[in-house]
Amino acid sequence: MAGSVEWSQAFVIAGKEFRDRIRNRWVLAVALIFALFALAIAYFGSSQQGEVGFRGIDVTIASLVSLVIYLVPLIALILGYDAIVGEKERGSLDLLLSMPITRFEILLGKFLGLSAALGSATALGFGAGMVVLAAHLTARDVYHYLGFAGSAILMGMAFLSLSMLVSVLSLDRVRASGTAIGLWFFFVLIFDLLLMGVLVASQGVLGSGVFGALLMLNPADVFRLLNSFSSEQVQNMYGLATVMPDTLTNPSVLVAVMLGWIIAPFIVAHWRFK
Amino acid sequence: MANNAIDVRHVAKRFGDVVAVDDISLSIGTGRMVGLIGHNGAGKSTLFKLMLGLIEPNAGEVLIAGVPTGGRDFRHVRRRIGYLPETFVTYDNLTGEEVLHLFADLKHVPRAACAEVLERVGLGAAAGRRVRGYSKGMRQRLGFAQVLLGAPDLIFLDEPTNGLDPKGIHDFYRILRDVQAQGATIVITSHILAEIQERVDHLVILNRGCIAAQGSLAELRARMVLPSEIRITLQHGEGSRIHAALAQLAGLELTIERDCVRVACLPGQKLAVLNILAALADAVRDIAIHEPSLEDLFLGYGGAYGRQR
Repeated sequence: MAGSVEWSQAFVIAGKEFRDRIRNRWVLAVALIFALFALAIAYFGSSQQGEVGFRGIDVTIASLVSLVIYLVPLIALILGYDAIVGEKERGSLDLLLSMPITRFEILLGKFLGLSAALGSATALGFGAGMVVLAAHLTARDVYHYLGFAGSAILMGMAFLSLSMLVSVLSLDRVRASGTAIGLWFFFVLIFDLLLMGVLVASQGVLGSGVFGALLMLNPADVFRLLNSFSSEQVQNMYGLATVMPDTLTNPSVLVAVMLGWIIAPFIVAHWRFK
Repeated sequence: MANNAIDVRHVAKRFGDVVAVDDISLSIGTGRMVGLIGHNGAGKSTLFKLMLGLIEPNAGEVLIAGVPTGGRDFRHVRRRIGYLPETFVTYDNLTGEEVLHLFADLKHVPRAACAEVLERVGLGAAAGRRVRGYSKGMRQRLGFAQVLLGAPDLIFLDEPTNGLDPKGIHDFYRILRDVQAQGATIVITSHILAEIQERVDHLVILNRGCIAAQGSLAELRARMVLPSEIRITLQHGEGSRIHAALAQLAGLELTIERDCVRVACLPGQKLAVLNILAALADAVRDIAIHEPSLEDLFLGYGGAYGRQR
């Protein structure tokens, strides 16, 4: 397989997928949603404290993270679940496979095209948010904000990769969408509760090291850790008794884990797509 | 020696316990137009997919232009294949031209060729419109345009005239004849047997995963020995005289309705019947001969009647 990959074929598919999402205004709609949220949170995020107005990048990012952690996985899962099973169900997959293109190139092309759509919508949306906030931001703020947007894109790609796996494994679109929503519930709503439950039930036997390692099993948590400003913040976030080991809050390690979350489901999807 | 366009060698394909294709061997020479017919579940689609290399056989091998479908080199052969699936579904948000560009890119055909192909299938004016607004017939034309890209050597068409109006069907076969004249090999399936019987030069009838019969329409007729029907319209009141004369010939099936006699006779008896009628020319107003259609043959070779010999 790897020896005979024609990348140009994958890019043809990627270009088509991307153009499709531009054409049906998907990218525009998602970008608008992100831009509106970025602005709303920047200005009104601290209204609980009785204040309105920009309160600094740390507060803004913390609020954005708790929103994006729900929204991006959902959008990515919805974007990808149809990719293969949809073509199969509509009957267009056979035609595609009759072309001089391999299954790997189709899968990769779809993933790259959808990633580009998701990535550009995220970049556009939060980019527009940043332009409006520009006057308030220092270089350090911009760095953190870019880090936030970049990690949001990586998390999106991880969930996109998962949804492509769902798309390959599912027998039909209805089941695929059900599984995708199920995954969202699991990773975004249930996983942390489950983990907290385990932590409490273990009565301190599980150290924060084990806890941190378990967090790596969820790309949404990896994203949350990537956007935390200090280990104390992480400690408070999860109600830990002790600080998590440095390796598990090191951005390079976290980015590597996220990349693993992007690549691993894709590899399984490719294996099953044969 | 030049390779056959298609060589299917002892191919079998099972899906679980179901045997879809059972030890089929079939050779199709370059430049032929072959009709593949069979009732639903006869194995047509499976055979199509095997020939396109979309699925792997459980036994045997399929060679396209001498290249095995499962091998590495088959990718290059695919560039020379045009395929129209039974339902051509495409991307509604793209224009007809953009859809064609996509397939041209995948087949390594210059995009410049797209405009001409769209013109050829009668979509020149609609090329810039989104496929969402296309009628079923226009979508089918777009599917056909995609097949013609890059002047393929081998063309597979699965129920290609679905959704086309009579003019569309006529245009479609005109283009297909041109393509064949340029040397392409064409394999076509259709449920409308009357439509392909006059147009293909070789027929393969599938039944329960096996080839029940193959040959030209004339060969199949000769082998099947189906009766032709001669319809004789008589001068008023001549029914009994004609009936008496024809009854002398053994093995005829006669039906009289008012001033019309229907005679079902085997190929060898046709001339004898006509000779009798010629001698009684004053009693006959008109004669029409109906040869068994492909539908009759199809039903004979494994269709509902099961009269296969």
